Amino acid sequence: MIDALIFYMFACTCVASAVLVITVRNPVHSVLFLILAFFNAAGLFVLLGAEFLAMILVVVYVGAVAVLFMFVVMMLDINFVQLRQGFLEYLPIGGLVGLILLVELITVLGSWVVKPISGTNDTLHTMGSISNTHALGHLIYTHYVYLFQASGIILLVAMIGAIVLTHRNREGVKRQTINDQLRRNPSNSVELRKVEPGKGI
Amino acid sequence: MAEAWDTHIWPMTWMVIKIFAIVIPILISVAYLTYVERKVIGAIHLRKGPNVVGPFGLFQPLADGLKLFLKETIVPSGANRGVFIFAPCITFILALVAWAVIPFDQGLVLADINVGILYLFAISSLGVYGILMAGWASNSRYAFLGAIRSAAQMVSYEVSMGFIIITVLLCVGSLNLSDIVNAQKHLWFVIPLFPMAVIFFISTLAETNRHPFDLPEAEAELVAGYNVEYSAMTFGLFFLGEYANMILMAAMTSILFLGGWLPPIDMVPFSLIPGPIWFASKIAFCLFIFLWVRATFPRYRYDQLMRLGWKVFLPISLTAVAIVSGVLVGFDLTPIQNR
Repeated sequence: MIDALIFYMFACTCVASAVLVITVRNPVHSVLFLILAFFNAAGLFVLLGAEFLAMILVVVYVGAVAVLFMFVVMMLDINFVQLRQGFLEYLPIGGLVGLILLVELITVLGSWVVKPISGTNDTLHTMGSISNTHALGHLIYTHYVYLFQASGIILLVAMIGAIVLTHRNREGVKRQTINDQLRRNPSNSVELRKVEPGKGI
Repeated sequence: MAEAWDTHIWPMTWMVIKIFAIVIPILISVAYLTYVERKVIGAIHLRKGPNVVGPFGLFQPLADGLKLFLKETIVPSGANRGVFIFAPCITFILALVAWAVIPFDQGLVLADINVGILYLFAISSLGVYGILMAGWASNSRYAFLGAIRSAAQMVSYEVSMGFIIITVLLCVGSLNLSDIVNAQKHLWFVIPLFPMAVIFFISTLAETNRHPFDLPEAEAELVAGYNVEYSAMTFGLFFLGEYANMILMAAMTSILFLGGWLPPIDMVPFSLIPGPIWFASKIAFCLFIFLWVRATFPRYRYDQLMRLGWKVFLPISLTAVAIVSGVLVGFDLTPIQNR
């Protein structure tokens, strides 16, 4: 019974915060609700017995991705009055996109068949003594090793692409070269000169 | 009724009692950590430190706490009220919930979960939110700059911390914290993985925003960084959270590298001392280094901090993962054999 209660708590909070992400006016609040939604999804993973996935979800999405979102969103300077002005102009296009998405979702969900007995979520508990992490490692690094490596390469390409797109050589920037600084000594940086009075160097 | 007592109410009550048995000692040690910090730094500066309130100034932390408690909580008029109040709470809560998985002795742990170290890592990576929210909600430039610095800093050092944790996990073969400690029965990991231990410790300094990486609250440039606008107990919660995080990071270092509750040699004079005392003394040792570093080193400049994180620690720890796994496989030392 307590399991069910906790499940409904996580599920309700997850859905509610997901709705709030798109309805809240302030973008920072919306990122905060997004984080809450991630958190509750992690809680649902724990209830399913997928503890490794839950922790990775928190580490990657909440600990890294959402921090970057926050970082960007916090620096935006948003004028709320201006934001509301174009609402009616964009309503037809927005409504059309929403309608198409709704139709797609209905067609996808309509073809779903619900399993007769879906009350017990023991699919992940049946692996016996092997822990979650070991089981995942076995699968990823034996059966799916090529797919795993392929996804790694895709990520690498994306990363290099992002660097190439944003990197530019700026002129006139004084860069600090630590090695040059360490190599400096009095013989090559200090010079003693005899200055004659009234002449200067 | 009696059945419900046995199955639901009593286990819950027992759990609450256990939680208090962990939280209250932590709060007391947080209070006395501030005292020890002032005493240690005083000794290093050839001063006396707090010595007026009570014998040897021992009641100083209580007096400070009382002072903070009785002051007025001021919310700036331009602040985002909800987030402003929530930020210190989240810092404090995150500093405490992580202790749920810390093992104090064999079997003496609140939640002995399989992915303990990942849980710790996840919780410590969330610590940045308290600071980010505080900096943004304060609606003040100093606070905002502090928050931005802190976010970049914590995200950078987490990466190398993660890789160092992986090197330890390669030697253990489990993510459970008790297993990590038990794997150090014969040899603490600080000996074979000494460079990693040093880098991990420095990363924890950056992760807790302590000297010499305390740029988020650099008082000389940002007044007090992210917590300029906070007063009274809201500031107090930040303060408690920061020190509780220091103790947590010291506990993490001692579990990963100093053998947790295990004595240095499993022989009579050492093994007579109970495990929790060994654990506490290791935490105290790490905390002493935290304070020592604070009194000794000047603050890093921001670009140098980033350089250290990304260009020095990250390559070293990444190489260490490759070397450690290579050695383990090459000499057939892997903790988990093929099944």
